[in-house]
Amino acid sequence: MRALSVVTMTAVCLAFAGLLGLAVWHIAGSPAPVNLPGLLAENLDASGVEHPITAVLLNFRSYDTLLEIGVLVIAGIAGISMAKTTSLEDPDLRTSDSLLYALQRWFVPLMLVLAGYLLWAGSDRPGGAFQAGAVLAASGVMMRLGGIPMDFLRPGVLLRLGLALGFTVFLLVAVASALAGEAFLAYPAGFAKPLILVIETVLTFSIAMVLLALFVSAPVNRAQEPEEGEHE
Amino acid sequence: MIEWFLDGMLVLALLTTAVAVLASRNLFRAVVMFIAFGLLMALAWVRLQAPDIALAEAAIGAGLTGVLLLDAARHLGYSRGGRPE
Repeated sequence: MRALSVVTMTAVCLAFAGLLGLAVWHIAGSPAPVNLPGLLAENLDASGVEHPITAVLLNFRSYDTLLEIGVLVIAGIAGISMAKTTSLEDPDLRTSDSLLYALQRWFVPLMLVLAGYLLWAGSDRPGGAFQAGAVLAASGVMMRLGGIPMDFLRPGVLLRLGLALGFTVFLLVAVASALAGEAFLAYPAGFAKPLILVIETVLTFSIAMVLLALFVSAPVNRAQEPEEGEHE
Repeated sequence: MIEWFLDGMLVLALLTTAVAVLASRNLFRAVVMFIAFGLLMALAWVRLQAPDIALAEAAIGAGLTGVLLLDAARHLGYSRGGRPE
């Protein structure tokens, strides 16, 4: 019986591997239907930004980015709703590590500047909202570990605003462009760059807020408290 | 030649850390290996000439996910299945 199941599983695996190989063979055999880099280079001038990746993310395929930020916001809300609300302002989380304090004094201002630079750099070189948001959130995590009070992370208006801001502004731009007669998420000519800049800025704040809220809302385990400084 | 050598070492290190993440019995060690894997992955993206993804991987994949996983590991009492601390 066991031998039979092993043989069956092996046969199924081999069949799938064969199908996969066949599909790869077919794809490799047929020529590429469109020349994506060429298409991108031709239309880059119309996108409002100079960096091709940003042009794809925020203009040509901004629908994907809109859905992405939606997923992030939902994940953030789920994380917060699973948290014990007391841990959002838990004074016990403060550490008295002098190294952390020294690091924090040097790193937090640097990281804030870096986040701003990454956001701005997105227009003509690698960078953009996601990277800037992650750096912003990381500096928030550092401040949190140092016990700096961050009132805006308590459940309230500011937290809700911060979480929803990016998605709301993005959606508003999308709907407004749809109502103005153009397609969903088609920026009006001439306004592409300012609109992209506004969207990137609010996205940065929202992404940082979601990531930071996910970290802060993680439950604090009382029993493990003495080991705090050991692994953070 | 030297580029082939570097790429080969990178692939080898990636595979080693990936196996270490999956095979580790200690949750804390697995998370540390995951962070190392994320940083190596960022290097791999740079080698593939995708600096955008490298930035995102380093910041989100290695940095913030690592912090979140460390938090989760601590909450689980990070030696489940391994030796008790």
